Amino acid sequence: MPSPFILDRSSVTQVMAWVLAALLPGIATYVWLFGPGILITLSLATVTALAAEAAMLKARGYPVRPFLTDLSAIVTAWLLALSLPSLAPWWLIVTGTLFAIVVAKHLYGGLGQNIFNPAMVGYAVLIVSFPVQMTQWAGPHELTAAPLTLAQSAAVIFGGDVPRATLDAVTMATPLDALRTGLLQQLTIDEVMTHPIFGHYGGVGFEWLAGAFLLGGLLLWALRIIGWQVPLAFLAGIWLTAGFLNFFDAGRFGPPWFHLFAPSVMLGAFFIATDPVSGATTPRGKLVFGLGAGFLTMAIRTWGGFPDGVAFAILLMNLCVPLIDQYTQPRIYGGAGKEPRT
Amino acid sequence: MSRELHRFKGGVHPPEHKAESTSRPIHAAPLPKELVIPLRQHIGNPARPVVEIGARVLKGQMIAAADGYISAAVHASSSGTVTAIGLQPVPHISGLPDLCVTIETDGRDEWVVHAPLDYQAMEPSQLRMQLRDLGLAGLGGAVFPSAVKLDPGASRACPTLIINGGECEPWITCDDLLMRTHAGEILQGAAIMHHLLGSTTVLVGIEDNKPEAVAAMQAAAAGMDFAVEIVVVPARYPGGGAKQMIQVLTGQEVPSGKLPTDIGIQVFNVGTAYALARAVRHGEPLISRLVTVTGHVLRPQNFEVLIGTPMHTLITLAGERDGATGVLMGGPMMGVPVPDLTVPVVKATNCILVKSAALFPPLPKALPCIRCTRCADACPAELQPQELFRFARAGDFGRAQEYHLFDCIECGCCSYVCPSHIPLVDFYRYAKSEIWAREKDKRAADLARERHEFRQFRQEREKKEKAEKLAAKAQAARTHAALDQAQRAELAAAPAAEVTAVSDADAKKALIAAALARAQAKKPDAAPRNVDQLTPEQLRQIEEIETRRAKIRELVRKPLESEQKNP
Amino acid sequence: MLAAIGVMALLAVTIGLVLGWSAVRFKVEGNPLAEKIDAILPQTQCGQCGFAGCRPYAEAIANGEADINQCPPGGEEGVKKLAELLGVEPKPLDEAHGTPKPKSVAFIDEQACIGCTLCIQACPVDAISGAAKQIHTVIAAECTGCELCLPPCPVDCISMVPIVEDLPHWKWKHPVVMMKRIAETEEA
Repeated sequence: MPSPFILDRSSVTQVMAWVLAALLPGIATYVWLFGPGILITLSLATVTALAAEAAMLKARGYPVRPFLTDLSAIVTAWLLALSLPSLAPWWLIVTGTLFAIVVAKHLYGGLGQNIFNPAMVGYAVLIVSFPVQMTQWAGPHELTAAPLTLAQSAAVIFGGDVPRATLDAVTMATPLDALRTGLLQQLTIDEVMTHPIFGHYGGVGFEWLAGAFLLGGLLLWALRIIGWQVPLAFLAGIWLTAGFLNFFDAGRFGPPWFHLFAPSVMLGAFFIATDPVSGATTPRGKLVFGLGAGFLTMAIRTWGGFPDGVAFAILLMNLCVPLIDQYTQPRIYGGAGKEPRT
Repeated sequence: MSRELHRFKGGVHPPEHKAESTSRPIHAAPLPKELVIPLRQHIGNPARPVVEIGARVLKGQMIAAADGYISAAVHASSSGTVTAIGLQPVPHISGLPDLCVTIETDGRDEWVVHAPLDYQAMEPSQLRMQLRDLGLAGLGGAVFPSAVKLDPGASRACPTLIINGGECEPWITCDDLLMRTHAGEILQGAAIMHHLLGSTTVLVGIEDNKPEAVAAMQAAAAGMDFAVEIVVVPARYPGGGAKQMIQVLTGQEVPSGKLPTDIGIQVFNVGTAYALARAVRHGEPLISRLVTVTGHVLRPQNFEVLIGTPMHTLITLAGERDGATGVLMGGPMMGVPVPDLTVPVVKATNCILVKSAALFPPLPKALPCIRCTRCADACPAELQPQELFRFARAGDFGRAQEYHLFDCIECGCCSYVCPSHIPLVDFYRYAKSEIWAREKDKRAADLARERHEFRQFRQEREKKEKAEKLAAKAQAARTHAALDQAQRAELAAAPAAEVTAVSDADAKKALIAAALARAQAKKPDAAPRNVDQLTPEQLRQIEEIETRRAKIRELVRKPLESEQKNP
Repeated sequence: MLAAIGVMALLAVTIGLVLGWSAVRFKVEGNPLAEKIDAILPQTQCGQCGFAGCRPYAEAIANGEADINQCPPGGEEGVKKLAELLGVEPKPLDEAHGTPKPKSVAFIDEQACIGCTLCIQACPVDAISGAAKQIHTVIAAECTGCELCLPPCPVDCISMVPIVEDLPHWKWKHPVVMMKRIAETEEA
């Protein structure tokens, strides 16, 4: 084996472990605000993802152990679970996770080869195929009856016999759903915002969740697990687009802070759009990627058929990555074109 | 006044491990029984041996001469007898043997006659030739012949001279120790370089993890008669790379595909400056150097070693330990595994690093690239290593070149930081060597095509020439025959011809008869056939025809013969 | 109706004239495709393809008279390159034309050489020097390893010596370290 003969102590496992750790504040906030049901979703997705990963590795003739321990499957599972409605039925979780791991990851060649973010592919398949089941969001405990206990959540998720009234008491529309419904009813933004779900910036509770994801994301940035370009550009893309629309017609377009402080945006900016495998690699490319994803998210929220657009925006930008990379190749040391820096 | 420093992009901070070998003073390694001196110790053409087996050589005697402009001579490191000139194992990544001169030392260490060079009085080109013949090559690792680098070229001057005391690779301390102990001579070497290159600024860059070296060099600089600035630069690998040192000290970048001289800068390692000072001030060729022996040994330290000394003797001197897992020549980032411990120390040997499982744990197995671009962040050449890897692995060398494969300096930073533990540099080395091989193949194919086409042209021309020659001969024969007939007609018209003419005709007749006889003797069966039942009249006619034919044949052969005589 | 026919006819004539003019004006000497094919061929000039050298083979391929898999010295890689150039599927080498061999150069045993010049006449690249009744020798740097000098030699004094890898010719190998390998070694 030729040089170098020493390596830094980094590893894929370490990177993935930090990503999972950075999700913990968000998960804790989730449990606190929306009840412990998310833990069941996370566990179910994790188990499904690991089983699917192991089966696919075996089937493709790859060694199971080094790839299972890289934790990438768990990252995919958690990101998908956190994107799903917290009271989604078990088969929805399993279907989404299986699709993410088997089709979006392994059929494209496994770790490092997938051109689309697997978690977002799983999410997109579910929201296109099962739009009704994808709306079972638990409301924040401030606005609902006491949140479901772990056992009750399990009963809901696994299709047990739960009284309709109990379920109706805890589920409610997300702020983005509420906004969309209100606007479809020809209400103005000010009228829509009188709905109790809207809090200081985003939705009640939801804004705290967004804050927790932001905190985890900043941790990843501080540890140099992710760069600043994608999250900043993504947030800027959303803020600028929302701000531009809001500036021209505040009655029909929501305020930029509201759009920014959605959990999906923070999760997308720091954990999903920063997925290195399916993202742009050059510094300028990362800015283009983030800005594009932010703009597309807003475009889908405003004019598209779905209340949120983070997943589709990121998938569309994944599609553009080879092009972005090719046209944003940085200048090299001693490269022609510009004068040497001083 | 302290100089404004700049930053190079990327780079890494591997553990330094320098203290191990700096605590002990430099020892001279004892004279070995046998010296194996490779003839390819520098970049460029290998040296041509100028001694024969059995010859007695003196210390410092040239045993192989420089072959061409980019080459350097090779010298006997001690006195003794040449016992072999042939393939021997050498420290090279391939593990392949190379041409070496083996000298059995006599223990007398007897110097050849040598004298200092009066460099200020000498013509620069003449001085450079002398340095080439003294075997001077860069001791920082690339071993580029120094004489070539000391030529300022068409611009006639190289304004900035940088003496590189970076030594950024972990474990290696030979430059550090050299600066601590021979600061004055290093600067004397710098003075000669300064003289040859016509530099106006002389900078010495030293990383901040060598405070003793900095102090020694500063003290020595105070006593020099030319301005030399000792600049302390932050320690960061590969800060000792020439391009990185230039960027840190001057803020300039060497343009891609160009040399530092193209922007008026030349960089030499401190060891080269020292060797130059020895060569000029004492007339000593490059026959020894400082070598750090460190890693898994009892007494890590630096040795003054004769070129050609087998590496295992140095490891023994430093105290061999059990559990060694291999030996590197150079540092852990860019070093070369040594295939066999009998290989000699060469001009490029700055360090002998003994590995152990504890110091160098086996590298983890590689996982796929996750495109995290940590390699791009670490790359001092500011490349996109993940893309280069993709192209090199797929054999898409054209794209790899478009992505500036040849700007890679193979420093190993990308491999060092890769979380997937991919040996990225290996892929770049593979791609580069494959591209070179293909270019060579292409040149060979072009040569073959050209030669084949020339051959076809030549054959065509020869055929044409032959045809022309034949046609010319036939033409000549025809005109001769016509001429002859005309002569005979003249003879017949003038019965009162001179005796000479008659005798001429007689002679001719005799000749024809003789030829006829010859032809008949040669080919008896060529005699007229089917003549048995012919009338005498017919026979006479045949006779006449045969005679005429023979005559013509004879006439045709004559000019042929004369032509053959005078081609 | 008539107008339409007239327009079409006029169009046809005009285009015909333009095409005819450009055919004359932009006439390309030689066959550019054959040039490109010839550039890919290894120039061994060995004739194993059944043609008298690389160039005739290139022309034959360009004219669709020969297949792309008849050149053993070019190897599978050469076939692949030709396939890429011509936009056809690569195919395995045709065994009928021989199999690839390691690169070699001819070597004349000078003890046995009688100086007959037959090999000199056979060499397609003039890489053998010598004259009648004098020992011949191969200019190794120019020998393509075509083996055409072997059959004419009356005393069989020519042999093919494979080119050994020495230090200046050494190449880095493809670092095969990837995942499937781990799988194989772990299972083994």
